[in-house]
Amino acid sequence: MATVLPNIVYQRPASLSTRVTHYCPGCTHGVAHRLVAEVLDEMDLREKTIGVAPVGCSVFAYNYFNHDYVEAAHGRAPAMATGIKRVLPQNTVYTYQGDGDLASIGMAEIMHAAARGENITVIFINNAIYGMTGGQMAPTTLPGMVTTSSPVGRDVESMGFPIRMAEILSNLDGAGYVVRRSLHDATNIRKAKKAIRLAFETQERGLGFSMVELLSSCPTNWKLTPNEALTFIEENMVPTFPLGDYKVNQEIARLRV
Amino acid sequence: MVKKLYKGNEAFAEAAVRAGCEGFFGYPITPSTEFLEYMAKRMPELGRAFVQAESEVAAINMVYGAACTGKRVMTASSSPGISLMMEGISYIAGTELPVVVINVMRGGPGLGNIAPSQGDYYQMVKGGGHGDYFPISLAPASVQEAVDSIALAFDLAEKYRSIVHVLVDGNIGQMMEPCEMPPMQDPSKRMMPDWAVSGAKDREPNILSSIYIDPVEEEVTNIRLLKRWLEVEKNEVRYKELFMDDAEIAIIAFGTAGRVSSTAVRQARDKGIKVGLFRPITLAPFPKDRIAEIAKQVKRILVVEMNTGMMLDDVNLYVQGRVPVEFYGRLGGVTPFPDEIYDEIIRLSENLDAPKPENPRLDWVNRLEKAIEGGK
Repeated sequence: MATVLPNIVYQRPASLSTRVTHYCPGCTHGVAHRLVAEVLDEMDLREKTIGVAPVGCSVFAYNYFNHDYVEAAHGRAPAMATGIKRVLPQNTVYTYQGDGDLASIGMAEIMHAAARGENITVIFINNAIYGMTGGQMAPTTLPGMVTTSSPVGRDVESMGFPIRMAEILSNLDGAGYVVRRSLHDATNIRKAKKAIRLAFETQERGLGFSMVELLSSCPTNWKLTPNEALTFIEENMVPTFPLGDYKVNQEIARLRV
Repeated sequence: MVKKLYKGNEAFAEAAVRAGCEGFFGYPITPSTEFLEYMAKRMPELGRAFVQAESEVAAINMVYGAACTGKRVMTASSSPGISLMMEGISYIAGTELPVVVINVMRGGPGLGNIAPSQGDYYQMVKGGGHGDYFPISLAPASVQEAVDSIALAFDLAEKYRSIVHVLVDGNIGQMMEPCEMPPMQDPSKRMMPDWAVSGAKDREPNILSSIYIDPVEEEVTNIRLLKRWLEVEKNEVRYKELFMDDAEIAIIAFGTAGRVSSTAVRQARDKGIKVGLFRPITLAPFPKDRIAEIAKQVKRILVVEMNTGMMLDDVNLYVQGRVPVEFYGRLGGVTPFPDEIYDEIIRLSENLDAPKPENPRLDWVNRLEKAIEGGK
């Protein structure tokens, strides 16, 4: 790691590339990327980390990080990460996935990666919508929420209910660390970073599957301003997706970072 | 080296281990399951990766991930499972990764049955996944030849950064035959390719992806894949011939159909019939030049397959109407007996100079339906 001079209080993490992202104004992907990069730097993991990008808005995540990356098929990131981790067990492997990727088309892969206690970390961006394809209903879309494929609002009678992934995965014995955090304000962003740290600590200690679900904004497809979108997370998403620690391995619970 | 009696699937699995396979990811499916079972025991013994995945979709994506590390990795499955894997196979092709996939083919379409078939010819030889790519496809006809083709498959996969399919049918996967194993290769002695992901230590990050969002970049990639394929076509055609030197009738058949045909060809030769066997080992690249030569030499060709005549189309493409091409096949998991092919050879030899049949495939179906009604 680069030597940090005492008067530098803020700089680009070595684990982030210098490339300008394609994300929309107000989107919290950039915040999530930075938190992951800061944690990789702090734990000195960059040089042994392999990321697995999803299909969705973060399909180009590999362009924004400064470490090895592979690009998965839609939903298959946990399977791809499994393959990498099993042949390179000493490396750090994480997936970065959205809600359509992880909770819809990739439901089998995420469930079984967790059930196997696969020693990988999952960064799960839950913004309740399909961003890249232009705002369709996701498995996490809130009841009544208008999307392009639920034009009069998600009717739970015919379209079902949102899926709470952190709660579901925490029930599997292979899960070592499963929590939900939010990116809607500074306090929550700090908490999210600590959770990401603990998730990677879980992996480095070989304690099994770790996932941080991050409630995120999508101003473009929610048709809200960036600020309104952050308020939407706090007022509408948090009640449906309660923040909290759903599974924390005892060793991690004792850890002070 | 001594020969040992091996069950086909177990022999292929041991051959893969000896070729330095460091990761196997699969899902149980008849008639390929013994491959997975053998690897479940053998890979952990050697400290290598084995995962029974939750589905073939997950299995091939585990292979995809593991292949990104540059290590030798593979999967084995059977027809319906291979269909599920086609997504991952296309991504592997698009990412230009060396991967070996074995298909122990069974009767289909759909759930079909678990009996031996060659009905996946199009899927395995032409691609099967979406997009512009070219798989290499090997079609061994015995346990020994399949064992030998495993190491070859890994070598070709690495040489051309390509997906390599090995097609066997349930017969070859399930039968026991004596065979000689290749020597054990030490995977730790292999040089890892410079494109592999391993952690960006003292180098720029490696990124492996099949996405080229700019169509021009995708076009450049498609051209790169095509040029590599043209090299494969130039260098890697493989086939076997039996009594072809003076043949007036050529049987063209691959895998089990080729092996059954060889018995019929020998039988007919004993009767003085000038018949030979041409057996492609690489279905892709297809031995098109040799087939064009054969078309100039013989008077009649009979294609024998355990499908409705899929390779028949390819043979016709290179025979170019020079001589009549007839067809004999059994379907749905039925393996032909040598006698059936012998009868066909006799029929052809008695009509050596007959005019070209208008629709040889229809003629064959009519003959086959009669035979089935007659309880054959």
